[in-house]
Amino acid sequence: MNNTLLLSSSPHIRGRDTTQRIMIDVVIALVPAVISGIYFFGSRVIMVVLITVISCVISEYASQKIMKRNITISDFSAVVTGVLLALNLPPAIPLWIAAVGGIIAIVIIKQMFGGIGQNFMNPALGARVILMLSWTQHMTNWINPKVPDAVSSATPLIYIKKGQEIMEGINRPDYIEFLLGHAMGSIGETSVLALLLGGAYLLYRKVISPAIPFSFIGSAALFSWIFGGNRPFTGDFLYHILAGGIMLGAFFMATDYSTSPVTTKGKIIMGIGCGIITIIIRLYANYPEGVSFSIILMNLLVPLIDKYTVPRTFGGEGRGG
Amino acid sequence: MLISKKIFGGGVTVPHRKNTAQCETVKMDVPEKVVIPMLQHVGAPCQLVVKKGDIVRVGQVIGISSKYVSAPIHSSVSGTVTNIVQVINSSGMYIDAVEIKADGKQEIHESVKPPVYSNDAELLELIKESGLVGLGGAGFPTHVKLAPQVDKKIDILIVNGAECEPYITADYREIVENSWNIISGINILMDLLKVDNVLIGIEDNKPEAIKVLTDLANTSDKINVVKLKSRYPQGAEKMLIYSLTGRKVPPGKLPLDVGVVVMNVNSVSFVAEYVKTGMPLIKKRVTVDGPAVMNPSNVEVLIGTPLGDVFEFCGGFKTEPYKIIMGGPMMGVAQPSLQNPVLKYTNALLAFDRESGELPKESPCIRCGKCVKACPMNLLPLFLNLNAIHGNIDGLKKYNAMDCIECGSCSYVCPAKRHLVHSIRLGKALLKKESMNKT
Ligand code: SF4
Ligand code: SF4
Repeated sequence: MNNTLLLSSSPHIRGRDTTQRIMIDVVIALVPAVISGIYFFGSRVIMVVLITVISCVISEYASQKIMKRNITISDFSAVVTGVLLALNLPPAIPLWIAAVGGIIAIVIIKQMFGGIGQNFMNPALGARVILMLSWTQHMTNWINPKVPDAVSSATPLIYIKKGQEIMEGINRPDYIEFLLGHAMGSIGETSVLALLLGGAYLLYRKVISPAIPFSFIGSAALFSWIFGGNRPFTGDFLYHILAGGIMLGAFFMATDYSTSPVTTKGKIIMGIGCGIITIIIRLYANYPEGVSFSIILMNLLVPLIDKYTVPRTFGGEGRGG
Repeated sequence: MLISKKIFGGGVTVPHRKNTAQCETVKMDVPEKVVIPMLQHVGAPCQLVVKKGDIVRVGQVIGISSKYVSAPIHSSVSGTVTNIVQVINSSGMYIDAVEIKADGKQEIHESVKPPVYSNDAELLELIKESGLVGLGGAGFPTHVKLAPQVDKKIDILIVNGAECEPYITADYREIVENSWNIISGINILMDLLKVDNVLIGIEDNKPEAIKVLTDLANTSDKINVVKLKSRYPQGAEKMLIYSLTGRKVPPGKLPLDVGVVVMNVNSVSFVAEYVKTGMPLIKKRVTVDGPAVMNPSNVEVLIGTPLGDVFEFCGGFKTEPYKIIMGGPMMGVAQPSLQNPVLKYTNALLAFDRESGELPKESPCIRCGKCVKACPMNLLPLFLNLNAIHGNIDGLKKYNAMDCIECGSCSYVCPAKRHLVHSIRLGKALLKKESMNKT
């Protein structure tokens, strides 16, 4: 009996958290956004979500098989990517493009860079941007929520380009509509309420910390207030943070573990960077949606941020910092 | 009673599992034989001063060292030295050990008598002779801690009753059963150290212990019991000092450097006991628990008793033990064999069955940052892990590997079940080797 005793290094007990549990939590947190997507844009959304999820999971399985890696589809991270991708697509997206998006996200952006935890760009966002560049038409084909014969029109963000927000005669959605989900946009951007619900769940479950979402939303609000109006400090910041993908981006995309800094300080830098870049793109670039690009830009800076935010050892001068 | 408002950053909430809190200490019978290793402390090993065939008695010195950082070793039984063997200690070193066949009479050696001393230097020498080492689990020779430092002024004595590891109740039982001894030990040490500020730190999950000591401490305005938040690793020296005084011990420095001496409650109590009786350190209270143990208990065990005997005394095993741990589940050391002996700083023996002892499989780091949040030393365990795995010396230095206190918080929280501390430990060994090569 004595020679069968297991020898291992401490600690000898472990917490209950697992990668899988975390990913399932993210999926749970995304449910309200998916449901509101279905509610506002119709049952087609179900197909889009299914297609992206299946495409992501199959891509993960296949690429891991080919690269002779351990198969990790049971950790649910591919499912998360699939749902997030769907939420980042316009409701009228052709299903085959959605499927291609899943393949791009997993194979090119995740697995080619080493798999979970190693990719330097959020897979769903990376795929969104690649799809955007490849099929711009389809990717910017927005439809009005709950309108039976879906009318193509522009994203509401078009209304908030600097100096244009007082345009008369255009039916600008109001705050309440954004909150509930009456605004046009990608599947997951439509209802701020649903996103906040999911975000609150993630915070409650400690899957994410408040550092990124709060600094992201806060800095976006501050910057749009300062620079968003015709005169300084007159910007309609509420409109800015409610419209478009800020909520989705702040709670679900910028908080992606692999592509965000590991320290709180680093996360705040990331959040502020995202907020500022989003507003700069919205106000000054010839392109309405800044959230995806701002997050991807900050994703690229994460190794640098991590490098310069090494904390000081408790009680010490340490290095970095 | 005071309440600490400060709390160190990081740490984790671990299940308490103090199943034995209400178990009064029971004295174990003298074992058939004891095995007493010549290294049971941090520092230099002792030289044997007995040989095969010698008759020894309880309290007799059997190992000494001329080195300063060391503590003599005494026989815990009366009997005959039957063998000089080698045991493997927790760092994998072979250590000489004396095997003594006990005669069961427990005759006391003539050197054991109430000591007399007339000044601090003599008392300090006595404490050295008592063989006392830190009983909280670290095993640092006590007389070294207490020796006056020319350039450092000590103004606070901290008594560590935090006991933040799951399962262990050895300190708690000492407080409940022997509170007077603790207070008299404190008085002796206050005299010796010339301090008039004593803080006894106890976690808030032990209200009875807080109450008992508060009632006694109320007789003196120099001694205060401080209620601490239960948060692992509250009992780690640096964390405890911060929680109680707000002082931070810089990396590579000692509590002395911030004017503090920290002693475990059991060590303090032992000092009082020793000054009364002169009986050196030959026994320990050990919490015996774990899912595979029949009757979880607090047992007074003679040092050198084989672990198997202690478990047997507690009714043996419910299920076949899969892993035996000396110490707590967070920082304790897995034991290769039930033949290994109880040591001076053994405060718990835990037996895990297969289900509770099995290590979860590692999966890739997902960069969730939970280890970063949990690290009380503000390190970045995920990067230390990577650099340790790749043997990257510069990376280990850059991320301050040597500052890791091996508390295990990072491994505990990691959802990917990465063996963070284990790799950091190896990384530290690499760094030590490298610095030795250089000099
Ligand atoms: S807790 Fe584990 S998975 Fe999370 S960052 Fe640390 S090592 Fe990686
Ligand atoms: S890195 Fe070291 S000090 Fe930090 S949590 Fe892990 S074991 Fe504890």
